[in-house]
Amino acid sequence: MTAPATSVGRGPRVLVFSTNAISDMGIDLAGSSHLDYPSGVEVIPVPCSSGINPRWILHAIRAGFDGVFIAADGPECSYLSDCVARTGHVVDQAQELLRQNGLDPSRVKTSAICSVCSEPFVSHMRQFTKALAGLASVPGTPSAVAAGAA
Amino acid sequence: MTGRKIGVVVCECGGNISDYVDTEKVRAAIAQEGDVVSSHVQMFACSDAAQQDAIREIREKKLDGIVVCSCSPKLHTATFRAMAERAGLNPYEYTQVNIREQDSWAHTHDREGATEKAIELARAGVAKTALSEPLVRRRVETLPQAVVVGAGIAGLRAAVALSDLGVSVHLVEKATAPGGQVARWGSLFPNDKVGRGLVDELLNEVRRRENIQLYLSTELVEKSGRLGAFDVTLRTATGAVIPLKVGAIVVATGFDPYAPSTGEFGYGLDGVVTLPEFKELLAAHPARLTYRGRDVRTVAYVYCVGSRETAPGSPRTYCSRYCCSATSHIATVVNGLDPSVHQFHLFRDIRTYGKYEALYEKALRGGSVYLRYSEESPPTVTEENGGLVVKVRDQLLAGEEVEIRPDLVVLVTGMVPRANDPLVHALKLPVGQDGFFREVHVKLRPVETVLDGVFIVGASQGPKNVAESVASSLAGVAKTGALLLKGYVDLDPLVARVEPNLCAWCDECTKACPYGAIDRVRQGETEVAEVNGVLCKGEGACVPACPKEAISLLGYSNAQISSMIDALVKEAT
Ligand SMILES: Cc1cc2nc3c(=O)[nH]c(=O)nc-3n(C[C@H](O)[C@H](O)[C@H](O)COP(=O)(O)OP(=O)(O)OC[C@H]3O[C@@H](n4cnc5c(N)ncnc54)[C@H](O)[C@@H]3O)c2cc1C
Ligand code: SF4
Repeated sequence: MTAPATSVGRGPRVLVFSTNAISDMGIDLAGSSHLDYPSGVEVIPVPCSSGINPRWILHAIRAGFDGVFIAADGPECSYLSDCVARTGHVVDQAQELLRQNGLDPSRVKTSAICSVCSEPFVSHMRQFTKALAGLASVPGTPSAVAAGAA
Repeated sequence: MTGRKIGVVVCECGGNISDYVDTEKVRAAIAQEGDVVSSHVQMFACSDAAQQDAIREIREKKLDGIVVCSCSPKLHTATFRAMAERAGLNPYEYTQVNIREQDSWAHTHDREGATEKAIELARAGVAKTALSEPLVRRRVETLPQAVVVGAGIAGLRAAVALSDLGVSVHLVEKATAPGGQVARWGSLFPNDKVGRGLVDELLNEVRRRENIQLYLSTELVEKSGRLGAFDVTLRTATGAVIPLKVGAIVVATGFDPYAPSTGEFGYGLDGVVTLPEFKELLAAHPARLTYRGRDVRTVAYVYCVGSRETAPGSPRTYCSRYCCSATSHIATVVNGLDPSVHQFHLFRDIRTYGKYEALYEKALRGGSVYLRYSEESPPTVTEENGGLVVKVRDQLLAGEEVEIRPDLVVLVTGMVPRANDPLVHALKLPVGQDGFFREVHVKLRPVETVLDGVFIVGASQGPKNVAESVASSLAGVAKTGALLLKGYVDLDPLVARVEPNLCAWCDECTKACPYGAIDRVRQGETEVAEVNGVLCKGEGACVPACPKEAISLLGYSNAQISSMIDALVKEAT
């Protein structure tokens, strides 16, 4: 049997890019503290949010994620003092790419998540998945196909 | 399918994962993946026996990649990389997939969802590994020199121990004199040693050594460079600037005693003092207990002031650890001075842990009376007819109100993080929720920070007594020695790389790189970018800048991330 990738109980699919040194720890802490968030949220850790290629974000939305969240280091970044501005630029570029491809730019969000920001992370995920649930599915993605079949 | 031979281990973590995720289902699903030739569930993947199993499997099946689906990579990446290496596999062809902190523990009410998610994460791990390549760690030189910031008991001890190991030390103290808080306290628990004496002993050692340079009234104001060869700048009170090159940085900047606000447990009233003030009073009048010329016949101690707070949003929810022992100890000192002085201890819990229990017993035997108050009804301290009145509901007397009329009330104040913004900024030090500096992991990587080569020791990391501060400082010394004394360190090879055939030398990556790690080189007829692996920090700021997608990070290539994304959304079968 083939089931759609989005199981109803898991909510919208969100790809989170976290950072190895800081925000991934905050996300770990959410789990260690048993703060539940929807299981449709999945994380790919990278070294720094300034190094995220905006094309990965477009790819993720086209492939079937409903939204992409960048859990950035913010001013805590140990690599770059201007990480906030650089990550902001990555988000702007990604939103522009989505717009050019007829996709809603609000599918990309970012916020600084510190190494102990477990609660802010969970509240971001709850809000973001709620907002994404209100958007129409992206045409051609597995969830849209499933919605069409239903 | 890529033709790779990948093994997958799914860990139950003794129920931490398997209670919420169907680990056998994950294994069965991942076994269907094209490149996966071996898959196992283990109760504890990190155990010796499970590692031996994995090593055997890697050798027998000639695996060229391994994926362990278990806890956070923060905990066991090094463990499993070493395991891969022992099996003859390149450690960078190993991938750890986090199905505990980021799956089983986060979705405890959604077994089906957590299991589906574990399968997807495992597939992404396999996809990443299928595109991995063997990498060699970069070796860089380390200088046998360290800067120790803060010359309290922790910093002084660190300096002496580093010097013993053969590491030259620049010991930097902001105050006009070394010694930190300990120098103020007079007699100390547990052995009645005098703080000033302890400090002087260490200072003599410092002064005897040619490879320790002590700077007073000086601060560290800038840091750049890399692990093993940092450039730091010191600034003295007169404004003189001292540039140094050091291999590592040990931060030992300590704590501040909690300062109660006026009115908090009567603070501000005549006769209400903090524990530090009382310690200084005793140190100044070692022969007779007097306060402002008046004899002190009765003392009431109020414990846990500024610690273990429960008000929403209070950063001081922690126990300050030293204070129960220090107060029981001081009660024995007072008792020794004049056994007829009445002493009342208003406590919440007595935390004279370990051998410090003996201090509590000694205080009890000396006549100290302990009254337990509850957090809901704390004691009150007021003034009546020129005298102090303390009222407390004693939990051991079924909440009966007890009234004491002491000559002196001592507020047993806790420890708070020291305000140190310029240093935090200069070093980019990670600060925890409680405001103290944050180590990577209290058990797995104590004294280490996320900043390679920067260590935090003593009470700067959290409340500690002298013995604990010194133990932590020696841990920092051991880490620093291990890092610097070999003369080199092997750095993570996960840096940026240019695909020369795609590069058109547009200069965008050079502009994006803050570390000057990109050179322009000739390749045949054309010019292309090339990454200097030692200068590159591997954060990837250059990646989004390249219009040709010619530059990417090893371990995070465009192809790897795209295939991970595809694996995550692949339809479940
Ligand atoms: C009232 C009281 C009584 C105590 N009694 C006992 C006892 O009896 N027994 C016991 O075991 N423990 C006792 N303690 C605990 C003890 O004081 C600590 O364990 C100890 O002081 C911790 O040492 P430290 O070197 O980490 O920090 P500190 O003593 O705080 O020293 C830190 C040093 O760093 C310097 N510094 C700070 N910032 C900078 C900067 N930016 N640049 C350069 N230098 C900087 C400071 O000036 C200071 O010299 C007591 C604590 C208190 C509050
Ligand atoms: S050590 Fe004792 S007085 Fe200090 S905070 Fe902990 S319980 Fe309270």
